[in-house]
Amino acid sequence: MVTGVLPITLEDATKAIQVFLLSGKEYVCLMHLHGDIPEETIKSALHEFTGEIYQKPPVRASVKRETRRRTIYKIDLLEIDGRRVLFRVACQAGTYIRKLCSDMGEALGCGAHMNELRRTRAGPFNEDDNSYTLHELQEAKRVYDEEGREEQLRLVIQPVEGAFKYLSKIYIRDSAVDAICHGAELAIPGIVKLETGIKPESLVGIFTLKDEVVALAEAQQSTESILAAEKGIAAKTKRVIMRSGTYSREWRSRQKPN
Amino acid sequence: MDDNSPIWETKRQLKILAQAETNPQYGRRPAERSIEEHLRLGTINLDKPPNPSSHEVVAWVKRILGVSHAGHGGTLEAEKPGRPDGYGRTPHHA
Repeated sequence: MVTGVLPITLEDATKAIQVFLLSGKEYVCLMHLHGDIPEETIKSALHEFTGEIYQKPPVRASVKRETRRRTIYKIDLLEIDGRRVLFRVACQAGTYIRKLCSDMGEALGCGAHMNELRRTRAGPFNEDDNSYTLHELQEAKRVYDEEGREEQLRLVIQPVEGAFKYLSKIYIRDSAVDAICHGAELAIPGIVKLETGIKPESLVGIFTLKDEVVALAEAQQSTESILAAEKGIAAKTKRVIMRSGTYSREWRSRQKPN
Repeated sequence: MDDNSPIWETKRQLKILAQAETNPQYGRRPAERSIEEHLRLGTINLDKPPNPSSHEVVAWVKRILGVSHAGHGGTLEAEKPGRPDGYGRTPHHA
């Protein structure tokens, strides 16, 4: 049984899906051991599987079955009841928890399987924070359709900008927006402000001064080197979220013929 | 994207590079969008029920809202083996 945080993106917001796919997840997992193991041994196995682990994706996986390295940030033991072990795990994107359980079972010598799993976090989305069920979505839509009231729908559905909560953001001039909407690279003179924590190749959000997301981009330099430079490319646009024509096209009329 | 600690533990500061104004004629703050724009640029932090697959949940969301495209971020449960993808296919998803 698998439940919990499933980020859904609608229409144009789907361009931001990578933010969820690439960010860390947190789960509460109920693992069932196939033998009786002393508590201390279970605890040390959980500890052993924290940090860098090697994992081969399961047979029915959506990725190539090649052993890969994943980071388990943290495992907190919540409860042991006989052969049942309840724990919370925070891990890198693309970690298979079902596999983690069977690998731990193998390490313990008794075998184990995953019984129940609840995702409590997917990157920016947390189960305690504006999480809604399909029924609540349906009800919000009904209230909107039948009574014309938008509030509930605006609560269940949140702006795509929230997906960028934990990415570094770069805020740009109005005059640079439409070029980015056409897939252009972001040059340093177009930047008004930016957040710390940017490194070459890190994913960043390009935002307008009205806090609207324009695109998802890959940084070419660190925050520090962008701040120190006067020109050059700061980020390469990867996915455009804002529709072109939302901001004026002055960048075009300014182009000089060669 | 993540290194040794999860992304939600990262602290960031804002640095100012230049002064600039934004023209109110273009764009709109996310909270000021029309309901149509709000849906088009919307996300849902969905609490997935145990039974339908992630795939099926996306199909249901599309049907409830009447939107043409939707995607989900990270399959929660491997698609069941030997089960046809019957509940309205979602050709466009991540």
